[in-house]
Amino acid sequence: MLIGLTRRVTLAIAISGALFGAAQAEEITGAGSTFVNPVLSQWSSDYSKITGDHVNYQSIGSGGGIAQIKAATVVFGATDKPLPPAELAQSGLAQFPVVIGSILPVVNIPGIAAGRLKFTGPILAEIYLGNITKWNDPRIAAVNRGINLPNIPITVVHRSDGSGTTFNWAHYLSQVSPEWKSKVGEGTAVQWPTGLGGKGNEGVAAFVKQTLGSIGYVEYAYVIQNHMAWGSVQNSAGRFIAPSIAAFQAAAATADWTHSTDFDLVMTNAPGVNSYPITATTFVLMYKKPKDAARSAAALKFFKWSLEHGQPQAAKLDYVSLPPALVRQIEAYWAKEIK
Amino acid sequence: MASALALRRKGANAVFVAFCAVMTFLALGLLVMILYSLLKNGLGGLDSKVFTMTTPPPGEAGGLINAITGSLIMCAIGMVAAIVIGIPAGTWLAEYGGDSLYAKVVRFLNDVLLSAPSILIGLFVYEIMVKPLHGFSAIAGGAALALVAVPVITRATEDVLKLQPSSLRESGVALGTPLSTTIRNIIWRAASSGIATAGLLAFARISGETAPLLFTSLGDQFQNWNLMKPTAALPQVIYQFAMSPYDDWRRLAWVGAILVTGAVLATQIIARIIIREPDRQ
Amino acid sequence: MTISAAPFISTAIGPPRRGGLDQLFKMLCFSAATALLAALTGVIVSLAIGGWPAFKAFGWRFFTNTTWNPVTDVFGGLGPIVGTLVTACLSLLFALPTAFGVSIFLVEFAPRAIRQPIATAIQLLAGIPSVVYGMWGLFVFAPFFAAHVQLPLAMAATPGSLLDKLTSGVPNGANIFTASIILAIMILPYMAAIFRELLLSVPTQLRESAYGMGATSLEAVWKVLLPFIRRSAVGAVMLGLGRALGETMAVTFIIGNSHELPKSLFDSGSTIASTIANEFTEATSAMHYSALIALGLVLFMITFVVLGIARVLLGALKTY
Repeated sequence: MLIGLTRRVTLAIAISGALFGAAQAEEITGAGSTFVNPVLSQWSSDYSKITGDHVNYQSIGSGGGIAQIKAATVVFGATDKPLPPAELAQSGLAQFPVVIGSILPVVNIPGIAAGRLKFTGPILAEIYLGNITKWNDPRIAAVNRGINLPNIPITVVHRSDGSGTTFNWAHYLSQVSPEWKSKVGEGTAVQWPTGLGGKGNEGVAAFVKQTLGSIGYVEYAYVIQNHMAWGSVQNSAGRFIAPSIAAFQAAAATADWTHSTDFDLVMTNAPGVNSYPITATTFVLMYKKPKDAARSAAALKFFKWSLEHGQPQAAKLDYVSLPPALVRQIEAYWAKEIK
Repeated sequence: MASALALRRKGANAVFVAFCAVMTFLALGLLVMILYSLLKNGLGGLDSKVFTMTTPPPGEAGGLINAITGSLIMCAIGMVAAIVIGIPAGTWLAEYGGDSLYAKVVRFLNDVLLSAPSILIGLFVYEIMVKPLHGFSAIAGGAALALVAVPVITRATEDVLKLQPSSLRESGVALGTPLSTTIRNIIWRAASSGIATAGLLAFARISGETAPLLFTSLGDQFQNWNLMKPTAALPQVIYQFAMSPYDDWRRLAWVGAILVTGAVLATQIIARIIIREPDRQ
Repeated sequence: MTISAAPFISTAIGPPRRGGLDQLFKMLCFSAATALLAALTGVIVSLAIGGWPAFKAFGWRFFTNTTWNPVTDVFGGLGPIVGTLVTACLSLLFALPTAFGVSIFLVEFAPRAIRQPIATAIQLLAGIPSVVYGMWGLFVFAPFFAAHVQLPLAMAATPGSLLDKLTSGVPNGANIFTASIILAIMILPYMAAIFRELLLSVPTQLRESAYGMGATSLEAVWKVLLPFIRRSAVGAVMLGLGRALGETMAVTFIIGNSHELPKSLFDSGSTIASTIANEFTEATSAMHYSALIALGLVLFMITFVVLGIARVLLGALKTY
């Protein structure tokens, strides 16, 4: 009899909890990086079917995400460029990564199909600095023996709008080329020494497709969906790596997260024999002591679910989930930092 | 002999008529080309799902209903505010203000606001509505759209009213009616077609605006009826989806573009029917 | 003492004021105008506040420097400013005669039955979202232009000639010339619609008197109709110019987005609006943000100057 009663009480609590929970569906607003938009919208849609909470993420750009979370008009912001711990402490923000993507160089050269061309970091920097101007330059030919490179000028295509993709690309070039680092530097927007600006990944892809002899940098998802001619890039271990989910995960695994404070680490040029060198992370920013604690907690539940169960959806959209060790590190960080 | 001059005049006239015809067909041809692109890319995606489902993540079936309702609500707010402020303001400039210094200043600043990049107008509304209230909302989006539409309506209303012949006004005075009645019953009615054109131009303008909504209504992938919360809008969804690499999102973007263009066309046709003008031509 | 049978009619100039309702109406209109003024002033003031740090840091160099470096926080707006002026002028150059031709055709020459349909069709151009113009421009118009106009011209021009200088540039159709064309298509419907309304408001006696004297259509339009609507027509041009100066989305797609000064018609450039749209959402440093707002304020200044010139020119013309 007692067991029956317990069962009935449990059932009653469960039902009322479900009803009560459904009636209290949370509305959480987030904003920021365009890069994560597809995967966050997928996670949000699936999460709302399971829990009824609406996580409304809008892509207004990393700068927008940072500005909005600082102004407390959203519950979380997303940025491709990590904030330094000093700035985080000043605003009372916590920061953690959610997903990994990568950037590929794409070309439009007659006769060169996807995956044939090889680049080293310094060569990419020289091209974007305007120091290498023809495709049959000896420096390019040196790493591409056996390929007949035509004598046509290189048209450099870059982003016209500020973006996390540019930040990671420029950061990578700064790491592999001292001249780039001193002349141009890194940022979500930089002063490009040469080339045309396309708006968004789409704009760069369109320009590269339309202009013979051009080179651009585009996110992995765009390259796959648009069947573009990408080139492989040499990593810090000296191997030429073709982009693949495995190569990106290898980069994530070897990046030094444990020694970073507030996960302030840009993953490009990760060490590791199989790492693809131009991988990027998107970070989420949230308040450590939020005014709206209920919504903040609901947002954390959403991210917990996404990090633990969101891998299939991410892979379907050509994103890379974080390795399990990193997920554990993030969850420990939450327990410590976010109230 | 007059014939040489007559020939010259006739020839010049023929060239002029040809020029006008060519310009018209050029404009129509461009319209056809753009509509063709619109229809070619989007017509295939136009089905009942568009009107029943909300914006989906990539790869899933979905529609645009949240963006449609959001756009309707915010354009309605914007147009109502713009008409309520713009038509009286234009009337004041044409009938009461005349050439006074105050009128000159208002007129001048109105023209300046006409050319403001709409993103800056959105930013202004962000500073006064979104930041203090700590949240994006449909109302803020409507306010930004109103600020974009008001100068259009004010400018066009003033121009159209000023062109009404003064004999209309004199007839009102001669009958002993107060100026306000003259304006409302005679001048507005005479200029109704022009004012309607002004309203349609303003609606056409704001129905396609993305930039002012970026920082005011933000957007929402779910259906939202709460005016104080972020809301989706068709131009914002079009922009977001068109710049993505996913085919189904891009198809939805073109469908959205067809919807916006179709809405503008429908409003024009309906307005012409309502403001049935005796054939002035 | 006679009681006058006739109602008292004031000899003061103007219609008699019947108290409350009339004054209320006038007050309402005045409040609307004042509300408008308040909003405009608010926008300008908030821009000035936001842009002040940039002006203070760079001074006059903001207007003369082409360096736009978000990494070192050095900003000079000459590139976008020149680009804005050039695209606005070019687009007006293309759109004005076209709008003029279209409106005249609709009012004077078109067969009666198709007048309204064509007018509605032209206005439909105004209803197409600016994003669509951008996409159409980038994916359809730019390649077409590059293949059929830019490349042939560049190949036909002898090196060193003026034509060569004017047509040099990467042949991918993304330049200030194509951006101006797209802008022209966008502002055409506004101007054409207003021109048409103005032409229709010309009193029939005026039109009849011109034709009655045996004038050809060209002469009637040029010498009678246009002078009559000239003042208000400038208003239509202002509407078009306003759109051309402030258009954001369509231009960013197709202008090529380089902060350098364009060296030829087919060179890429940027406008103030496109620069703001491109970089605003990602601007992370305070100085970058401030420089973008300052650019917005510069656009207002440009509009002030252009409108001021227009008014001076109009003032010199005699009213009809």
